[in-house]
Amino acid sequence: MNLLGKLSWAAVPLDQPIPMIASSVVALAIVGVLVWVVWRGWFPYLWREWITSVDHKRIGIMYIALAMVMLLRGFADAIMMRSQQAVAFRAPGFLPPEHYDQIFSAHGTLMIFFVAMPFVIGLMNFVVPLQLGVRDVAFPTFNSVGFWLTATGALLVNISLVVGEFARTSWLPYPPLSELTYSPGVGVDYYLWAIEISGAGTLIAGINLVTTILKLHAPGMTYLRMPMFCWTSLASNLLIVAAFPILTATLAMLLLDRYLGFHFFTNEAGGNMMMFMNLIWSWGHPEVYILILPAFGIFSEVVSTFSGKPLFGYRSMVIATMAICILSFIVWLHHFFTMGAGPDVNAVFGIATMVIAVPTGVKVFNWLFTMYGGRIVYTTPMLWSIGFMVTFVIGGMTGVLLAVPPADFMLHNSLFLVAHFHNVIIGGVLFGAFAGYTFWFPKAFGFRLHEGFGKAAFWCWTLGFYTAFMPLYALGLMGMTRRMQHYDVAAWHPWLLVAAAGAAIILVGIIFQVAQLVVSVRRRDELRDATGDPWNGRSLEWSIPSPPPSFNFAVLPEVEGEEAYWGVKRRQHEALGDEPEYAEIEMPRNSPTGFVCAFFATIMGFALIWYIWWLAAAAAVGAFATFVAFAWRDRNEDAIPASEVARIDRANRSARTEAFARQQVRS
Amino acid sequence: MTEPTRMADDEEPGGTTADEAFDGANITDGFTTYVVGLGLSALLTAISFFIVTTTLVWQPSIPVALVVLAIAQMGVHLVFFLHITSGPDNANNVMALAFGVLVVLLLIGGSLWIMSHLNHNMPAMDQMMRMQ
Amino acid sequence: MSSVQAVADDPHRLGHRQDTRRAGPSKRIVVGYGFWIFLLSDIVMFSAFFATYAVLADRRAGGPGGSDLFDLRNVGIETACLLLSSFTCGVASIGALRRRDWFYGAMAATFILGAAFLALEIREFAGLVARGAGPTRSAFLSAFFTLVGLHGLHVTAGLLWLLTMMAQTFAKGYRTDILRRMLCFSLFWHALDIIWVALFTVVYLLGVRS
Repeated sequence: MNLLGKLSWAAVPLDQPIPMIASSVVALAIVGVLVWVVWRGWFPYLWREWITSVDHKRIGIMYIALAMVMLLRGFADAIMMRSQQAVAFRAPGFLPPEHYDQIFSAHGTLMIFFVAMPFVIGLMNFVVPLQLGVRDVAFPTFNSVGFWLTATGALLVNISLVVGEFARTSWLPYPPLSELTYSPGVGVDYYLWAIEISGAGTLIAGINLVTTILKLHAPGMTYLRMPMFCWTSLASNLLIVAAFPILTATLAMLLLDRYLGFHFFTNEAGGNMMMFMNLIWSWGHPEVYILILPAFGIFSEVVSTFSGKPLFGYRSMVIATMAICILSFIVWLHHFFTMGAGPDVNAVFGIATMVIAVPTGVKVFNWLFTMYGGRIVYTTPMLWSIGFMVTFVIGGMTGVLLAVPPADFMLHNSLFLVAHFHNVIIGGVLFGAFAGYTFWFPKAFGFRLHEGFGKAAFWCWTLGFYTAFMPLYALGLMGMTRRMQHYDVAAWHPWLLVAAAGAAIILVGIIFQVAQLVVSVRRRDELRDATGDPWNGRSLEWSIPSPPPSFNFAVLPEVEGEEAYWGVKRRQHEALGDEPEYAEIEMPRNSPTGFVCAFFATIMGFALIWYIWWLAAAAAVGAFATFVAFAWRDRNEDAIPASEVARIDRANRSARTEAFARQQVRS
Repeated sequence: MTEPTRMADDEEPGGTTADEAFDGANITDGFTTYVVGLGLSALLTAISFFIVTTTLVWQPSIPVALVVLAIAQMGVHLVFFLHITSGPDNANNVMALAFGVLVVLLLIGGSLWIMSHLNHNMPAMDQMMRMQ
Repeated sequence: MSSVQAVADDPHRLGHRQDTRRAGPSKRIVVGYGFWIFLLSDIVMFSAFFATYAVLADRRAGGPGGSDLFDLRNVGIETACLLLSSFTCGVASIGALRRRDWFYGAMAATFILGAAFLALEIREFAGLVARGAGPTRSAFLSAFFTLVGLHGLHVTAGLLWLLTMMAQTFAKGYRTDILRRMLCFSLFWHALDIIWVALFTVVYLLGVRS
């Protein structure tokens, strides 16, 4: 038995220039960053304060950082795809099919699992405890484990660029193509282990946030006084807890087929590959609602804040949210209308799919009514929200169109479908993530993001999105299938050129976003948020300093109505009252458990992919040992003495008083 | 100015907070639920095995009977071993359980319905061979 | 200023005494609930395998089926072992809460019964493989081995956890956080028995008649 399993030097694609150049650039960048960090002596700080942190704020920020880096990689794939399709008219293009297939598979996998999911989970992690008025999530160390396991999955997908290959089976690996017979390489295995491991991380986050939202509240915060973002986070995390196990099970069955010769989905011995589609989409549909519901919550917060009005129809929003949560489990067949279930089944699921558009419509109207009669301030987050309302509604309508089975028979797997889901995911999830990022950035870091660059980025993204994807609707109606590496229909070519131009405009938008971050960090003193409330916010997170201290609230707030902070602000004078009586606060201790566990998980995943059994077993033992070591510790919490709490709070109170005084002088 | 309303103190699933006056109190109290649960479960299990092996029961009813007995036994476990009750302090636990059960039913029921339709319209290889 | 008025002006207590009321439920309740949610996710995962088994149950590829392979006596003994172990686990959790040392006896009994269950199951699997009815024979057998095997893997993990609980309690006593873990363990063990009820009904009892 070869000690290194299937691994050998042949795994490195030395003969393919594109992956070699790409991975060299990335490797240089990573090494460069590491050298810089170590040289500046930042490593002990990073280890102590970030890598081993169990603070929900830090973990949330790391999730979002991961998402943004992976956005660059996923977008690079998109640029390559658009360029290929722009030039491959009666020509082979510059990407051979085996390579092109890996690119669109990686694009989808990265964007869903390692951009969209971490972005929304990061925002929920950061914001929800602050809005609930508590000090941390229910299970802080577990939270860290969840994040690092997600990072492991991202790492494995990226390693496949250099060592081996990635799956060619698209972002959902349909059998029998994904079975060992037709995909004998390591690509599908990279995909499967990366998703299984990061799926465990996501499930952990889901359990954590459900428990936090349902069990940890500031005194007086009943369920119907929670901010809307907490309700949508609850619905999203309930969906995570209910749906991700299905993904784990289904991919495990495919793994068993590939590794142990089982026959769940094979062509022979009675396997039923249609069962894979059935199961994977019963996960896949709730998944898209997992992504969009937090975005809906962000828009509720942003729209009410920048209209200067409370959210219209809070209770109907809650009902609509929970309705979407339940309904998302009865529509999944619309992803395979054409697989042959017959008219009765198709009709039921088609109608159910149309029904699910109704609560979403309720939400859109509620946002519009919130804006109506309000004093709207067109900050960057508000622009993203308005852009969302237009874009998402268009995407939603094309979704309802696709929900009609006879229409879907023509449009299934065409570019019309591709345009639809990008319409709702970019217009919905990504615009929401960007709105949330801009909105809560000052809370996280103590200074605002540069508005000018933010607005420029918004307009480029919006213009770029429409330029890139509206042609795809037309192409779908003209009959162009998705994932084509080359084509010879002349009528399609001009549309694809326009689409490529759209991708370039989006690229400019992304450049503006990177510039925005760099410039904002450079000019952070000018952009400083001294009061902790730069937007005149309405919920509890705006009542604490920016950035918040590790314990969030020096004294837990007492909540008496919806919009917990707004009422206080209205009643309070600008001078703060007497100092509260400070008491000792116990906070959970930082722990390397998450990072070490993920380290072993990475090794185990890599070893399993390359059939290095001894290494996989050793890594599994290591991961188990890490858990036992963690379970054996005696001290779970550190106490922050009352004097320290007092010192931090006094500094913040004086900063706030000064800033209020300055505002009084100016106004 | 009313006092801010508080959420009712919940009970954890599995019942019995450690704070409860258990020390020294009737040992039999705690045990009773487990003994009753064990007895009922054993009875339901025995009946299930019996009706499968005997010819006394009308054969076509057996699958339904088995499912009913299984659901009953799962209920016995939930109530007597996991202490799921209908009290207000248990509401969160019951809601979570209900959500889980709903998802399970949709997944299993939906899959069976869909797959039977799919298999009917597109039979497996060996079935198609037999049809010829 | 009356305290009611004080609260009205300043509900965030920015200027007043900290309330000594507890801000939320006890850790035991929170941990228990979190584990309950995890169990529900685990049950959803099992139901995906149940659904697959139900769909693939008649895909035998010309090979043996349930009526050829299942031995109800063996299943009966396994069921008895697991059910009794659930009972002894309940006894153990009472013992832990009351900090009595018959906790260890009850846990040991739970372990023995659980291990007996596993031994019988492994023997059944080995026998099937030896007869050429292993998981690679047909889709039905793949589904059977995976569903029942997954439950067995959970039981194995539970037994490892059980030993760890006994070791921890022995080393550190009936500490609050260890009692929380004992709560989680007993939830886990009872849930495994619930899944077994579904398993033996759907797989063995319904399968043996086909």
